Amino acid sequence: MMILSGDPPRSRVLTLVLVLIILALAATPFLFPGAKALNVAANICVFAALVASYDLLLGYTGSVSFAHTMFYGIGSYAIAIALYGMGPNWAAVATGIVVGLPLAALLALAIGLFSLRVAAIFFAMITLAVASAFQVLASQLSWLTGGEDGRSFQLPELLRPGTVLISKNLFGYEINGRILTFYLVFAVSALMILALLRVVNSPFGRVLQAIRENRFRAEALGFRTVFHLTYANCLAALVAASAGILNALWLRYAGPDTSLSFSIMLDILLMVVIGGMGTIYGAIIGATIFILAQNYLQSLMGVASKAASEAGLPLLPGLLHPDRWLLWLGLLFIASVYFFPTGVVGRLRNGGSDKSAGASH
Amino acid sequence: MTELAATDPLPKPKRDIAPILLPIALALVTIPLIGSPSTWLTLTAASLAMGMMIFIMASGLTLVFGLMDVLNFGHGAFIAVGAYVATLVLAPFAASMQADSLWVNLAVLAPAALLSMAVSGALGLVVERVLILPVYGQHLKQILMTTGGLIVAEQTLYALWGPQIIPTPLPTSLRGSFILGDVALAKYRVLAMLIGLAVFIAIQLVLNRTKLGLLIRAGVENREMVEALGYRIRRLFLGVFMTGSALAGLGGVMWALYREQVHASMSDDLTVLIFIVVIIGGLGSIGGCFIGAILVAMVANYGGFLVPKLALVSNILLMVAILMWRPRGLYAVTSR
Repeated sequence: MMILSGDPPRSRVLTLVLVLIILALAATPFLFPGAKALNVAANICVFAALVASYDLLLGYTGSVSFAHTMFYGIGSYAIAIALYGMGPNWAAVATGIVVGLPLAALLALAIGLFSLRVAAIFFAMITLAVASAFQVLASQLSWLTGGEDGRSFQLPELLRPGTVLISKNLFGYEINGRILTFYLVFAVSALMILALLRVVNSPFGRVLQAIRENRFRAEALGFRTVFHLTYANCLAALVAASAGILNALWLRYAGPDTSLSFSIMLDILLMVVIGGMGTIYGAIIGATIFILAQNYLQSLMGVASKAASEAGLPLLPGLLHPDRWLLWLGLLFIASVYFFPTGVVGRLRNGGSDKSAGASH
Repeated sequence: MTELAATDPLPKPKRDIAPILLPIALALVTIPLIGSPSTWLTLTAASLAMGMMIFIMASGLTLVFGLMDVLNFGHGAFIAVGAYVATLVLAPFAASMQADSLWVNLAVLAPAALLSMAVSGALGLVVERVLILPVYGQHLKQILMTTGGLIVAEQTLYALWGPQIIPTPLPTSLRGSFILGDVALAKYRVLAMLIGLAVFIAIQLVLNRTKLGLLIRAGVENREMVEALGYRIRRLFLGVFMTGSALAGLGGVMWALYREQVHASMSDDLTVLIFIVVIIGGLGSIGGCFIGAILVAMVANYGGFLVPKLALVSNILLMVAILMWRPRGLYAVTSR
């Protein structure tokens, strides 16, 4: 239990599901051939870490931030700009990390100190304003960020798909740079999630939960709530930026649509809520369900839309069009906030009943 | 302590005029920076018009928060819905919109605006009952629920009207400008200013001169006390929410004509702008909201003229500056 920081899933079904997900992710290159499956698996890994870091804020401190994609974007862009400008070598990767992570942490510190100084209720609004300004900034500074087109770049030699590490003759599977990159993403994401699990189960994490439940009382007990909240904010930003780095490395691209857009923020919110706020494990479940649905259900919607338009039904073709995917997500989001505030993990832990609403305040 | 005689007037609360002076000072400071007085006048008129429109959209949000402690992240949806509904009237009567007569134009514009307000207000009723009622008193869930509502509304607009931008050209009689010497005042901006001022005065009159307004102000200050006195504040709140939604719809129509186009994503940018205004003004304060809206518009217009690069982040800088000065906004009316 050391590795889980003494916070096991606490439900037999949940444990089984988690083990299945992790095994499936780890074995994706061998079980499911093809580029799409590997893409989906890498996406799940990145988002599981990103959502877990958001859960630290939303689920454990109870503060809604709309700037999480900004930190994710900072990580993505830092590595993309470094690799684009310095060429595909490891020094560029290091530069991206060394510049991106502190930048994200500093910005989180600034936002945290500023908005936590003013009325706490402003936090969500201020993060939204800052994030939208950052998004505009990133698309305007096109000499640096590539504007709307973003930046595509080459990876260092070792991580390229063309680099064959173990040839097919040895085990019957070819291990190339692409698969190595996948395992890099997998391992770093797993490490980050375990680290977050450690954080939330530390005395520091307990204070965060105390702040969530009753900020005034936590302050009365002598905890400097502003310090704790700001620290949590910075930690979450660091993990988000790291997830952004992984994402950019996997995609070999960073652009507004893949790393900064508001719709990613909504995706994150949805994954946290579906998985279960304040559980960390919920992030893995939420990300898996959501990304599988996004990749495989959307094409189903296209089929349904076509069928509806051929049947001559009014409105339905428009509503079922794959581009209207967000509409159904929004409805799902409202329904899950309303009916399942504890998410999948909360449900499984309470054996179907919804008695102790963990982070529903 | 001095004794008060029975005939003495009641001590009046001190008027806090520093925030009122702020936009005036800002306007005066920029005169030498801009140089040409006629440019300055044009920019000032533009900021006042833009500020009034933002005020119309933001006023409902600030009252809703002040009265019921409800953070509505979906307020932008009412703006977009208002704008889209207006196109339902404006498009079929495009011919009368092009007629060169103010009265014919207004005969189309007024019903369009009224219909928008009615639909937005009705939508406000639905949103309040379905999304907000179950989560009273829980900020986290309010934010999540109303964000979800915003997505659904925006996507429904896309599904109904399609993703393309709908042009909403200004009617002929509102095009062009009044020329006074070498100052050009766009006609539509003058109209927007007049409507905004009328809305502001109407809200102030209702809030300060009627029993309803007294109840609303009392509710903002101390909700439980008003409830204890036997008033059904939930119903009062529903009324305020619907009025705020209707005003957002009106603002949406005006903004659509100002930009001469309608798009479902217009709610995103405006939501951010409105939040900044509401934060600057102090949550729950109409006066603060009015000043905040004008300040935001001034910074956008002057800033856009003087340092175009800065215009991207000027709103954030303004917000930071004001919150450094007064951490709870220009006028802190609520005790929360």
